[in-house]
Amino acid sequence: MMQIPCIHCGPRDESEFACGGTSHLARPALGESDQAWGEYLFFRDNPKGLHFERWRHAQGCGQWFNLVRNTVTHEILSVYSITDPPPA
Amino acid sequence: MRYSAWSLLRGALSGQRHWPAAWRDAGPQPSYDVIIVGGGGHGLAAAYYLAKNHGVTRVAVVERGWIGGGNTGRNTTIVRSNYLFPESTRLYDFSLRLYEGLSQALNFNIMLSQRGLVMLAHSRHDLDAMSRWANAMRMNGIAAELLTRDEVGALAPALDLSPQARLPVLGGFTQRRAGTARHDAVAWGYARAASALGVDIIQNCEVVEFLEEGGRVVGVNTNRGRIRAERVGIAAAGHSSVLAKLAGFRLPVTSYALQAMVSEPIKPVLDTVILSPGTGAYVSQSDKGEIVMGAMLDLFPSYAQRGSFAVKQAIIAATLALFPSFSRLNLMRQWAGIVDVVHDSSPIIGPTPIPNLYINCGWGTGGFKAIPVGGWTFAHVLATGRSHPLAEPFQLDRFITGRLIDEAAASGIAH
Repeated sequence: MMQIPCIHCGPRDESEFACGGTSHLARPALGESDQAWGEYLFFRDNPKGLHFERWRHAQGCGQWFNLVRNTVTHEILSVYSITDPPPA
Repeated sequence: MRYSAWSLLRGALSGQRHWPAAWRDAGPQPSYDVIIVGGGGHGLAAAYYLAKNHGVTRVAVVERGWIGGGNTGRNTTIVRSNYLFPESTRLYDFSLRLYEGLSQALNFNIMLSQRGLVMLAHSRHDLDAMSRWANAMRMNGIAAELLTRDEVGALAPALDLSPQARLPVLGGFTQRRAGTARHDAVAWGYARAASALGVDIIQNCEVVEFLEEGGRVVGVNTNRGRIRAERVGIAAAGHSSVLAKLAGFRLPVTSYALQAMVSEPIKPVLDTVILSPGTGAYVSQSDKGEIVMGAMLDLFPSYAQRGSFAVKQAIIAATLALFPSFSRLNLMRQWAGIVDVVHDSSPIIGPTPIPNLYINCGWGTGGFKAIPVGGWTFAHVLATGRSHPLAEPFQLDRFITGRLIDEAAASGIAH
């Protein structure tokens, strides 16, 4: 089981959290093409390796935050606020 | 060599030492008409149908590990066609019909056991939903029967049917043609039949690059050298996005780990497949006697073929809520496969944005039951360049046009 470090509550069991998918997706303008909207809604990098993703501490403080996680080892490399830009 | 009672009897006189290898472990040739990337069920079936249905025999299946070692060897072997929408019904029932004749067609016993599948209703709302589901199936020409609680009990007496049960059973419905098949036999049956028709099955051969000329794919570069081809097909399930990235496009796919496990083998106690949408649990007993259990996804992106302990606990808890008597069984094996989940739980079978490159993916948690139709329709588009009529609704561009086939029944459970 993963231990996920909530930025507000500290490390907790993975079962307290809900993954909200890829972070930092920019919503297209309303007038953009179907292609752009389709890409935004459905198409993902789905990387084997580092993934920037949103999690919510659903059974704890209820807050969203971002983390960088390896999708092969499940190692968490960085945790940062939901409004922060991705770490370099 | 054709497998038969006669060849078995003949072997009895010679200590059964006359059996040749079931299929030819080939090395790569410089070029083929078609290369299929991925030696799982779908890739091997596509190779077989390319040769059998379309006469295309200069075919290579390149597999980075060993055949049938991915999700084909990691599922719970359930076959069914209890879907909601006409497009899905046509697709999956074609698959089930092919399964029904597959042992004969391949001359390889895939141990299809049409022991039926029972969906459990745990509430009045479940009963309503299942009436709708079963009626939708009947409207699409698939036999389905609603069951009372007593009828469910007659099919699966080991279920906890008491009113005090954590999840009381109020009824359900069954598709009697559903059941299980031997997963390894499906991979090996297709491999053997394809190999006999001239297909090269190349193991330990990982694609590291797609060769392109003038914007078109003309082959692959592998750890065993360059191989050219007129057309290339990807059938790589949870690793579809990795291959798509190599080719320079993206897919509407997220990879998750889906776990399953088996208990120690016990005497026959369950001769149907039980599915409880309320808990997500699906339970059957293998021919070896193991209780086979599966349920929900590990709901975060993962390429790790193991699955997390929290979900394992939840799957076991869900199974024991249905079958309290299983609580004393020892767990024997647990594993996870990396499944390619798309937003509408329906597959993608057809061209990619790169000319000459085709893909079969998006089966998510339900690819095993679809191996025959996945192979059949993928072979059609690889041979002709045109989608098979069954696969026409299942194209990549539906994620741009918005014409999704939102098949909530695809996984059989609410993910």
